[in-house]
Amino acid sequence: MSRREPLITKPDSPEKEPAAPKRPRQGPARMGHGPMAQNVAEKAINFGPSLRRLMGMLRPERMLFAVVVAMGTVAVVASVVGPKILGKATDVIFNGVIGRQLPAGMTKEQVIEMLRAGGQGQLADMLGGLNVVPGQGIDFSLLGRWLLLALGLYVASALLGFLQNFLLNRAVQRTVYRMRDEVRAKLDRLPLRYFDAQPRGELLSRITNDMDNVSQTLQQTLGQLLNSVLTLIGVTIMMFTVSPLLAWLTLAIVPLAGVVSVIIGKRAQKQFVGMWAATGELNGEVEEAYSGHALVKVFGRQREVSQVFDQTNQKLFNSAFRAQFISGIIMPVNSLIGNLNYVVIAVVGGLQVANGRMPLGNVQAFIQYSRMFTQPITQIASMANLLQSGVASAERVFEVLDAVEMSPEADGQLPEVIEGHVEFRDVDFSYTPERPLIAGLDMEAEPGQTIAIVGPTGAGKTTLVNLLERFYEIDGGQILLDGVDIASVPRATLRSKLGMVLQETWLFGGTIRENIAYGKPGATRDEVIAAATAAHVDAFVHQLPDGYETLINEEGTNVSAGEKQLITIARAFIADPEVLILDEATSSVDTRTEVLVQQAMARLRSGRTSFVIAHRLSTIRDADLILVMAEGAIVEQGSHDELIKARGAYYDLYQSQFAAALNGE
Amino acid sequence: MLTKLINRYIRPYGSLLAGVLVFQLIATAASLSLPSLNARIIDNGVAKGDTDYILRNGAIMLSVSLVQAVSQIIAVYFGAKAAMSFGRDVRGAVFERTLSFSTRELNQFGAPSLITRTTNDVQQVQMLVMMTCTMMISAPITMVGGVFMALREDLVLSWLILVAVVLLGSVIGVLVWRMTPLFQLNQVKIDTINRVVREQITGIRVIRAFTREPLERKRFDQANGDIMRLAFTIGTLFAVLFPFVMFVMNMGSVGVMWFGGMRIDAGDMQIGQLTAFLQYLMQILISVMMSTMMLMMAPRAAVCANRIMEVLNTSSSVAPPTAPVTELPEHGTVRFEDVEFAYPGADAPVLSGVNFELRPGQTTAVVGSTGSGKSTLVNLIPRLFDVTAGRVLVDGVDVREIDPDLLWSRIGLVPQRPYLFSGTVKSNMAYGDPDASDEQIWQALQIAQASDFVTEMDGELDAAIAQGGANVSGGQRQRLSIARAVVKQPEIYVFDDAFSALDVATDARLRAALASHTQDAAVLIVAQRVSTIRQADQIVVLEHGRIVGVGGHDELLADCETYREIVESQRSIEEAAA
Repeated sequence: MSRREPLITKPDSPEKEPAAPKRPRQGPARMGHGPMAQNVAEKAINFGPSLRRLMGMLRPERMLFAVVVAMGTVAVVASVVGPKILGKATDVIFNGVIGRQLPAGMTKEQVIEMLRAGGQGQLADMLGGLNVVPGQGIDFSLLGRWLLLALGLYVASALLGFLQNFLLNRAVQRTVYRMRDEVRAKLDRLPLRYFDAQPRGELLSRITNDMDNVSQTLQQTLGQLLNSVLTLIGVTIMMFTVSPLLAWLTLAIVPLAGVVSVIIGKRAQKQFVGMWAATGELNGEVEEAYSGHALVKVFGRQREVSQVFDQTNQKLFNSAFRAQFISGIIMPVNSLIGNLNYVVIAVVGGLQVANGRMPLGNVQAFIQYSRMFTQPITQIASMANLLQSGVASAERVFEVLDAVEMSPEADGQLPEVIEGHVEFRDVDFSYTPERPLIAGLDMEAEPGQTIAIVGPTGAGKTTLVNLLERFYEIDGGQILLDGVDIASVPRATLRSKLGMVLQETWLFGGTIRENIAYGKPGATRDEVIAAATAAHVDAFVHQLPDGYETLINEEGTNVSAGEKQLITIARAFIADPEVLILDEATSSVDTRTEVLVQQAMARLRSGRTSFVIAHRLSTIRDADLILVMAEGAIVEQGSHDELIKARGAYYDLYQSQFAAALNGE
Repeated sequence: MLTKLINRYIRPYGSLLAGVLVFQLIATAASLSLPSLNARIIDNGVAKGDTDYILRNGAIMLSVSLVQAVSQIIAVYFGAKAAMSFGRDVRGAVFERTLSFSTRELNQFGAPSLITRTTNDVQQVQMLVMMTCTMMISAPITMVGGVFMALREDLVLSWLILVAVVLLGSVIGVLVWRMTPLFQLNQVKIDTINRVVREQITGIRVIRAFTREPLERKRFDQANGDIMRLAFTIGTLFAVLFPFVMFVMNMGSVGVMWFGGMRIDAGDMQIGQLTAFLQYLMQILISVMMSTMMLMMAPRAAVCANRIMEVLNTSSSVAPPTAPVTELPEHGTVRFEDVEFAYPGADAPVLSGVNFELRPGQTTAVVGSTGSGKSTLVNLIPRLFDVTAGRVLVDGVDVREIDPDLLWSRIGLVPQRPYLFSGTVKSNMAYGDPDASDEQIWQALQIAQASDFVTEMDGELDAAIAQGGANVSGGQRQRLSIARAVVKQPEIYVFDDAFSALDVATDARLRAALASHTQDAAVLIVAQRVSTIRQADQIVVLEHGRIVGVGGHDELLADCETYREIVESQRSIEEAAA
């Protein structure tokens, strides 16, 4: 039914917005530098192109990025050279230790000679590779110089690292800001058709949840990715300069950590998908059970609901446990691989030192390098998932950005003073090409006349509103306002002459004064009060604690439905439009308030051309022209008497709707 | 609250936790012994050129690493099992408790808040437990063990550890302390921008009609800019964090090399010990960093735990009967006897001194303006609330003594906000009667004036219904909700303002069809429209929680001032527009 009638389903629904399609998200990782943000289980459809496009969004920041990359490189170089310098310092200490044990006054060569003669060939070999002066202890001035150099490098690395992070954060945040802005600006250019064609929750979720996810992904991946890659390169180079043999060994062992991360990560991912599916299912069940709480009880369904919940809860437990366990294996296994490498280096390096082919400091430095090498590999592997979900979200945002926009604005003009003469000339319109709704409609409203639009529930009465306001463009013919085709003027120009009061009382989260002033930018306080008085708002406003400054909260619970309607009428009053579109309420409003609503609407109508989606017999009977709608099309038009005489659709409607209600009153 | 909640629900998994502790201890001990083994390789193997010693100890190191990895995996297994079981049990407990609530408690918390408490809040606490099991437990062990091992290598250098730990701990502590409120603020800002976007999407027609796009753009820019600026601040703090951590660690190394070098030169220390000391320092600093960062999670989880405990500590104001009555002497009667209902702490009762009776085959209408207590009155029948004085009898027995299932089986409720469950038209009708045949369902749909549009839906009875009934219009939802009650064929029908979204004609047809179907049932209708209520056998007029008139339409028109006003106001609506 909603497919057939896309526009009529909203106004009379008392429920809130349909919930956004459940896309499980983890709450805590909002700003998410925690380990949990990686768990959104989604896949991009076109990963490559979407990723490129996302990266393209960063283009305006490319100068900054160049600086960041340059700084990052220097910072990484500084931190990567550090262990080598510390290795040199270790050598100085080691040489001192060995040198002290040797007899003073001899040269190194003499000592080696002596050792070989004494049968200690191995020790002699080691000594050959060392820079020792027999009898002399640690050379502290040399040690001090090396350590000062290391200190300088570390300070530089820390400062540059800070600057790099700082600038990168700016670049990313500005990009996210621009992207949000772009998406919002796009909303202004999208036709109403786009908004009506999908659940609002869906669109909302793209602009909020998905945008957040993109923002987090950029924040978390870019910096780490850059650092990881730079470190990886730097460390590899350093390892080879220190010892090609150990470097090859490390290259053979450590990438295993990456492989393991990916393999286990994939399995964990599968469980995470199951976990999110179960979470979504469970959330749905909880939402239903709580929203329909009373019904669950009165219809005696508590036991069934409980059973279903327990099953899903158990299912969630199973997949969550597996997901956490499997992903929990990654770290120990990686550290095992790291330790394996550590042992291999310690053993092979130790043998090398013992054989005099390598100074001890190099082994020391190498152990640090192998540690520095493991971390970025694991990080890059774990970022794969995060990037997946971020790109999937970016893709959903891009879909909004790529949606077809409204036709460009025309540059025609409306006359300075509008009388309010509205004419439909041979208008054709349909929501979908397969289902033509309005064909060749002619209709004319003289200035000041009231046009009542009537028809059974779901007859498509809002269609005319859509066409008059140019929310939708007609397929053929013309709609003229004071003789000017409304399609030939900018939409904003047209709309500034029209006023609208819908049953769907949309108010925003501001004060009552702000909500009334919404009808006219820069309205003075007196104007607001005048409009409020005319719409019977003034009377109840004074009963509220903060008067006109009372905040309308999101649920609007501090003002009743009827009062909200009065505020929307005041808003239309202050706008003082030439042509009015009104929607009479059917929803249950306190009868006394309803009288006020009716009076206010009547007052608002006087002197303006008004199109009224009418439910009240009196409104309809007194209208200058009645348009009878059925199944989205206008089936009859004329005055009350004419249509009664014609004994057509209006007559039937009149009989069924009102005759019964009027009997006996 | 946090510890209380965790204590209460983790208890059954004590043995798992003990396992976590044991295996984490083993893993930590293993990882702490590695540097010491390495030191021995250097001092006794490398420095003496003893290759056999190097190989032998290398093999030991490898097996120690293996032990470490295996015990860590086992600890993760136990930890994940304990944490997820804990989460499941708390979730189950919150859900069961909420189901047991009466409408009063439900309204007190609000359904959306309860949903968050059951899902998101539990998840947060569960995550904390998980993190504690896998990381938090090992951090203090590593810290204590690391200090012990480091002191064993060299006592004199230990002041370096103290300096590094204090420096790192305090700076990270300050950063975390500064960041925590910023994260909360960030959440607020995100909520704000989401609210603005939601308003702009839901109000798109109004915004465009009033050409207020520029204003909305400004509102959004404001919110967007706020988020960016806050992200700048948070980002700056983060930018300090990691370089600083690295800096402290590296400074530690340099310090150990220098001061350690002196001690080695004096012959107080061996070079391998220096290396080992260095590695212990790193392990200690990493565990300090981890535990400080973990502290960020605790306050957030504590808030969630409080919210969960609030639910668990609330009990339903509608207690089940101790000796439930399972046989009812009458059929299709409801009697209100001196009924009073007041919210705790409220100045005035919502209802007081209410006396009237519903009889089988009779229709009773309740009218009154908003806030006169109509909905409360209706909710007393199925015990969604309990009276605070007086009593409500259904089929001759006080509702508080009737077996709840029996009570509910007698009542067909159509609530003010028609709610449909996700599934199909048929599954929704099965709520009324799980065994209803298609024929019975169609009959009910016909009575509810819903058969026409159901026929047009894809799949008819099997047509999908979205959660809450979001994919059908308000009027359709109302009619399906009525049909659901009709399928049940109850003895007592309760329509709480259930015809409001229907046009007058549909309303009239529906009531006519209903009347022929509910011949022996008692019918209670709450309504606004005079046309809906005027044919009722009995009209009850409520004002400020008291009955100000009972009788037929003409009778009340003659002697009830309030009723006359209501009828007048409806007529004047017709006239007002004229």
